[in-house]
Amino acid sequence: MPILAELQRRFGDAIVETHEQHGDVTAVVARDALLTVLAHCRDDAALAFDVLMDLTAVDYLKFPGREDGPRFEVVYHLYSIARNHRLRLKVRLDEDDARVPSAVALWPIANWLEREVWDMFGVRFEGHPDPRRLLMYEEFVGHPLRKDYPINRRQPLIGPAS
Amino acid sequence: MAETTRREFMLGEGSGTGSGPQNVHVGIGPAHPAMHGIIRIAAELDGEVIVGADVEIGYLHRAFEKDCEQGGWNNAIPYTDRLNYVSPLINNFGYASAIEKLLGIDITERCKYIRVIMSEISRICDHLTCVGASSMELGAFTVFLYMIKAREFLWELVEDVTGARLTISYGRVGGVKADLPAGFGDKVVHALKETREVLDEVHRLLTGNRIFMDRMVGVGALSREETIGYAITGPLLRAVGVPYDVRRAQPYYVYDRLQFEVPTQPDGDNYARYLVRMAEMEQSMRIVEQALAAIPAGPVNVDFAGRPIDPASYVDQGKQGKTEGLLLVPLTLSPNLEGQQRAALRRVNVADKRVVLPPKENAYGSIEGLMNHFMLIMEGYGIQPPPGEAYFAVEGANGELGFYVVSDGSDRPYRVRCRPPCLPPVAALHRMIEGEMVADLIPTFGSVNMIGGELDR
Amino acid sequence: MGVGSFFTSKLDEAIGWARKYSIFQYPFVTACCGMEYMATACSHYDVDRFGAGLPRFSPRQADVLFVVGTISHKMAPVLKRIYDQMTEPKWVVAFGVCTCTGGFYDNYATVQGIDTIIPVDVYIPGCPPRPESVIDGLMKLQDKIAGQAQRY
Repeated sequence: MPILAELQRRFGDAIVETHEQHGDVTAVVARDALLTVLAHCRDDAALAFDVLMDLTAVDYLKFPGREDGPRFEVVYHLYSIARNHRLRLKVRLDEDDARVPSAVALWPIANWLEREVWDMFGVRFEGHPDPRRLLMYEEFVGHPLRKDYPINRRQPLIGPAS
Repeated sequence: MAETTRREFMLGEGSGTGSGPQNVHVGIGPAHPAMHGIIRIAAELDGEVIVGADVEIGYLHRAFEKDCEQGGWNNAIPYTDRLNYVSPLINNFGYASAIEKLLGIDITERCKYIRVIMSEISRICDHLTCVGASSMELGAFTVFLYMIKAREFLWELVEDVTGARLTISYGRVGGVKADLPAGFGDKVVHALKETREVLDEVHRLLTGNRIFMDRMVGVGALSREETIGYAITGPLLRAVGVPYDVRRAQPYYVYDRLQFEVPTQPDGDNYARYLVRMAEMEQSMRIVEQALAAIPAGPVNVDFAGRPIDPASYVDQGKQGKTEGLLLVPLTLSPNLEGQQRAALRRVNVADKRVVLPPKENAYGSIEGLMNHFMLIMEGYGIQPPPGEAYFAVEGANGELGFYVVSDGSDRPYRVRCRPPCLPPVAALHRMIEGEMVADLIPTFGSVNMIGGELDR
Repeated sequence: MGVGSFFTSKLDEAIGWARKYSIFQYPFVTACCGMEYMATACSHYDVDRFGAGLPRFSPRQADVLFVVGTISHKMAPVLKRIYDQMTEPKWVVAFGVCTCTGGFYDNYATVQGIDTIIPVDVYIPGCPPRPESVIDGLMKLQDKIAGQAQRY
């Protein structure tokens, strides 16, 4: 795949792993090189990924075979309107070091998408101008989409808890 | 004398021109009359002008992504209905397609056409509701009543096919719940004729209307760079002149065989968005008509042996084990189960026993059918896609609706992420309304078409 | 005794009749049920013929609070505040199964029935309820309103 070959040629070891599954092109990036890779993806004329379609995270705590590995994966879905191609970039994070540099300077939509990942998973985005919860209320304790948050644990502001 | 702009005329000199110490903080929402859902805009006002706005969402967060992880792959379909609840069929099909991509299966031809037809009908309903509701907020109540009338005709169509008006749970992994009913083509002709009449009336009422244009032209505009930077897709992106439509860029189902235009407008204000939505409804109707003309034929009648029996007797015989020859006996089904007979279901579902439930005639009439049903329904069994991940994007009514699914090889989704098309416009809303007056917030918010179920999931 | 209570009961009936045919609803619309609410309020099913056609978007001016759609825990204090701001006499209709019991959203975010927060007069189950169900619920509400005795 030309995109992956180009990224590997340019960034070498910073691209930890690549695969192409079901037509989706994916690259796992080391955290330290993340902003550089993202900026290159956006600014390079051949890649031209001008749209950050989605920024989300997956908690691999209960994934068979990956329970001991890095717990979180922050996933970036990029799309290029001019070239009509897509790319998925991932960053793997340990549970006790769940920090990623923020992509707000590259795409303004990252502001809200990163707030949602903080809200739901507890992954911190360094350099984010407004790190508040997006969907839950501020009094909520915990990060609901983590696999160890039970779905029924309610924290009502008013009314009974069950 | 230099020409005064509209702003200067309305505000005079001095007021609303700077952030003075007298700025008022007003909370607009979460319960407010612009009936689009619940959202809170904490606005800082200088007179009538909004100098700062903080948009707060999450009031309808219903834990869609967490709920999807609790049951089987098909169990999440009702949850997807309630994402963009004005065009639920598109959500169903987007989610089902993401899993079909993960499984690596391709649905039948007839199913592709059916999904296209139902998606476009849903899209028309969404645009009708959006334009109708936002016109009502501007005071054009008649337009709202006309458009909801047209929507009722379309909902009758949807009810004929799926059984429900709004939360239809029609898509399945590998196909759809049932085939199209008999006589569907004529009903569509009638419903689209009514819709076209309504659109014609609305054009005459609104498109050249002085008051409507004064409120919508030049209001809520966003530049092309900002629109792309905020990952806005759909009608709002097409209203700044970018002809990006997932149906054209990455065609799925049979969109590459159908002729339709992707309408764009250059200005990027509310009026441009309105024009794009009105044009898109006409294009959707064209797609439905072409698809109905091109759809491969319906179920073929199988040769049966014996007199027809009613379903209850069929089930009784099956349960008693008298299954010899039972599969060949014709059944008299009640009309509300039309489209779910064996021949019809085979036409619209993938012939893959690991994914699609067997038709009821087989489940009750033979031991193989019963076992097949068991292996798909019981906990711990069910559809088991190989471990991996897939992202599938469809063109929702608001833009690119993407589903990112992660499978760990078990019968339950490990992670389902819905990329909501209305999150980017709402994230950019504060850019659209800063500098505008409070009254301009209403048409801007209406043209964004925020759907709470999709925004907050 | 006798004559006095005859007059007050006739007056009760008259007030009940007037109240039940002049319902000013506050549609507290949050989610999908709002679409069926719109369908009920518009020309096809027309709730206006019951005198309930005029929504009043201020709690001070409304007497029936239609809670339409899922209430999350983030929204619950807002709902309570709106209910408290309404003046007597007021009634509450739980429209849709999410407001009756929480629907199928048994999770950390959803209130399991608004009757855990505010008193409810009529429950209209359905996901979403068909407009015919809504009208049936409205008529039951009208019976309840008409049957309420006044305190003098």
